[in-house]
Amino acid sequence: MSQIPTQSQFSPQAANTVKLSVKGIKKNYGQTTVLQAIDLDVRAGELLTLLGPSGSGKTTLLQIICGLVDPTAGSLFIDGRDETNLPVNQRDIGVVFQNYALFPHLTVKENIAFPLRMRKIAGAEVDKRVAEVLDMVNLGHAADRLPKALSGGQQQRVALARCLVYRPGVILMDEPLGALDRKLRETMQMEIRRIHRETGATIIFVTHDQEEALALSDRICLMNDGFIAQIGTPHEVYEAPANRFSAEFIGLSNIFDGTIADGMLRTNEGTIPAPGLQSGESLLIRPEHVTLTGAAEGFLSGTVSETVYAGAESRLIVTLKSGKTVIVRQPAGADIAPIGTEVGLAWAPSAVRAVR
Amino acid sequence: MAERQIPSARRFKLDPIWLAGPGILYLILLLIVPAAGLMFLSFRDASGNLSFETYRQMFGAGIYVQVLVNTFSIAIQTTIACLLVGYPLAYWLARMPETRRRVVMWLVLLPFWMSALLKNFAWMVLLSRRGVLSQILTGLGMGGPVDLLYGRGVVVFAMAHTMLPLAALTMLPTLLSLDFGLARAAKTLGASGGQAFWRVVFPLSMPGVAAAGLLVFISSLGFFITPALLGSPRETVIGQLLITQVQQLLNWQLAGAIAVMLLVVTLAVCLVYDRAFGISAVSGERGDRNSNGVFARLGRLVIAGLAWATDLLAAVFDKVPGFKRRDWLLTAFCVAVMMMLLVPVLIFVPMAFGSSSFLEFPPRGYSLRWFETYWSSPNWTGATMRSFAIAIVSALLASAISSIAAFGVARSTSRAGNLAFLMFMLPMIIPNIVIAVALFYLFAQIGLVATDAGIALGHTLTALPVVFVIILTTFKSYDWRLDQAAATLGATKTDTIRKVTWPIIKGSVVAAFLFGFLHSFEELTIALFVGGGVRQTLPKQMWDDVLLQVSPTLAAASVIILAVVTIVFVAAERARPR
Ligand SMILES: Nc1ncnc2c1ncn2[C@@H]1O[C@H](COP(=O)(O)OP(=O)(O)O)[C@@H](O)[C@H]1O
Ligand SMILES: [Mg+2]
Repeated sequence: MSQIPTQSQFSPQAANTVKLSVKGIKKNYGQTTVLQAIDLDVRAGELLTLLGPSGSGKTTLLQIICGLVDPTAGSLFIDGRDETNLPVNQRDIGVVFQNYALFPHLTVKENIAFPLRMRKIAGAEVDKRVAEVLDMVNLGHAADRLPKALSGGQQQRVALARCLVYRPGVILMDEPLGALDRKLRETMQMEIRRIHRETGATIIFVTHDQEEALALSDRICLMNDGFIAQIGTPHEVYEAPANRFSAEFIGLSNIFDGTIADGMLRTNEGTIPAPGLQSGESLLIRPEHVTLTGAAEGFLSGTVSETVYAGAESRLIVTLKSGKTVIVRQPAGADIAPIGTEVGLAWAPSAVRAVR
Repeated sequence: MAERQIPSARRFKLDPIWLAGPGILYLILLLIVPAAGLMFLSFRDASGNLSFETYRQMFGAGIYVQVLVNTFSIAIQTTIACLLVGYPLAYWLARMPETRRRVVMWLVLLPFWMSALLKNFAWMVLLSRRGVLSQILTGLGMGGPVDLLYGRGVVVFAMAHTMLPLAALTMLPTLLSLDFGLARAAKTLGASGGQAFWRVVFPLSMPGVAAAGLLVFISSLGFFITPALLGSPRETVIGQLLITQVQQLLNWQLAGAIAVMLLVVTLAVCLVYDRAFGISAVSGERGDRNSNGVFARLGRLVIAGLAWATDLLAAVFDKVPGFKRRDWLLTAFCVAVMMMLLVPVLIFVPMAFGSSSFLEFPPRGYSLRWFETYWSSPNWTGATMRSFAIAIVSALLASAISSIAAFGVARSTSRAGNLAFLMFMLPMIIPNIVIAVALFYLFAQIGLVATDAGIALGHTLTALPVVFVIILTTFKSYDWRLDQAAATLGATKTDTIRKVTWPIIKGSVVAAFLFGFLHSFEELTIALFVGGGVRQTLPKQMWDDVLLQVSPTLAAASVIILAVVTIVFVAAERARPR
């Protein structure tokens, strides 16, 4: 592969037609509200991740989209048609389950052929298409094995192939990589990106891992407590978090609260310049934008209380006089200040973001 | 935005627990209503007024009191014997490597499914004056023919032998789920082997031990085969009393009173058990436990004593040369126990092919004459055919009812699921003899006594617990997301059941059917009461013959039963998914 996967705004499939549209979908279980009137448009050919902490309602939303759970209110449009009440097996949707849900009594080939048989597709065509997707997921050699004879990563590929083989309009994946170890997960992320590019499928991908979401998505839909906290490209969500939750959930962040006066933020830690902040907003500065200065020179000063070496970068924790800690990220090669050093903290005004 | 409500028809879903309805109705109509009716009778006199006359009679007559005392003391002795021998056996099985255990388990499961009648008949032949043991003793010149039968000792021995597989198999799940790493951890913390066992392993296995004790005790209360075949009149138990009083004298009041008493005792035992462990431990689930009750404190004291005694014994044994490693002791013990379980029954095979006109071991000569007698007797062949037919019908009925109910219970989120489970376990918790008498009472009123249908309905009832548990286990471990996956892949509900659900659960439904078949094929108590001496099943025919005279035809019949049981058992075990 000559082309390194890049930020997907450039992805050729990301046209602007809406493939799937969630309008005011709400879900209650008894007294508890799990989803609060969600509105979401998914564009044709995009890979959208639903990102959020466990219990934020991602699985519920996914199950409503594929029809396994009925919403309490709201409607679902696919290709402009209202499909809220369409039975699961008639929707043009494919689902990759977290535990893969491979049929244990069927071989890999039979598992993959299952959706084709359900669609009454003829024998020769079935064989051709099964061989095609097996090739796509690099599992040609395992066609006649039973699922239990496969490794976790291979099972994952079968589940993906079973979904790709009938070319559904939308593919839903619920934490599909959750059970894999880190190395394999990263390989599979690349695979999914490649397959997404090759097939042009519309994919909704659920994860609670923000790094995975940043690496994979065309757009991220960040969920919290049944609400959508923010929707945007990974770049937007990281660089311009819409709120405090976004800022804290995605990437590392340092947030300072205080009162605004004369373009300055007055905090317990000291007074810091706050260009463009409105009253009631807090100041966000990402750790990679913080630079260490002499103890007297920065906006704030404190003591290095912890250092973490992570190869490509290192992280310092600086404890301020108030007891608040600030995370600082330094690229590889920078000198690491020893624990106990008095340092000052500074940053470029352009790196400051306002959050509520 | 305008909230659009989803039409209520799509949101309203009946909880699947209702699928247990037919089974529960069956249990109510055939078990609870007649048993309640029977018990009700015991509080009435001949003219239908409230009266305790029956109870006054029962506790007033020395003979009845003696029978009650016999029944309870034999049941308690049997339970203790089963626990003492069954625990080491279960422990040994649990510690075995998985692959070896699968093989060895067959040797415990097969005797479990072998009919109680056969096992007791075997002891009757082996221990009689002309039996093998007597012959060997005579041969060795140790006195004339000895009679080992007809005493309390042999009754308890044979009854424990009959119930031992039940005890071991009930304890096994708890021991299997027990983390033996904990014992190792205890040793790293300074405990001796004995201390680690008594203070860690043993207390954790208590729920299984108690469940085994409960089941053995309840089964023993209504058990009459052993005392009738191997006991003297001094060992007469409630079961035998009921046979004469109900079958021959139709003394319903007394039957009702005995049913009340047995149920009160059973209920009391269950309650004590529930207080200590939570009733769900019968099925291997562990509940929370009160650690400051009287039981718990007493238990800790006993355990401390046992641990101390074990340490002392170990210290003594350590001094004996060549006794440093003692693992083989347990293995030797368990192998001996398993031989005891199997050999007495297998001994019929050579005897049935013998040529002499009475049962002897080793047999002299070889002939098929006893099988020929069997096949040419319309009594025996009729009974065999009837047993097959009844077993097939009741197994089908029980598996159908159980499959539907197990699906409902497994899919239900309602708390009524536990209640439904308990209902299905009732035929196992209520002593068999009470069920048989209650059915007899019901069928006498609706003309089903002495009909094949009556027996089949009764066998369906008593087969329900085991059939239900087997199917429920499968449904509970079934991954319902497979059904969801099938639906998202385009399968309709029927497609999903045909192509996904059924192929996966098929094995265990077939196994449940076969075990239901075995249950009915070997059942005696219900056949005895409901058959009314007219509709003879194979076990009933054997029973009558055994009481009359021990003939080699019986050995031939035993071999045929043994063959059927073994074949069906092997088929069921193979069908059952692992
Ligand atoms: N069948 C259900 N009944 C009641 N509550 C449920 C049910 N399914 C999910 N929930 C609740 O809904 C919330 C969201 O769940 P879920 O959609 O699974 O979150 P996520 O996938 O983001 O972890 C959780 O608090 C969960 O407990
Ligand atoms: Mg989830």
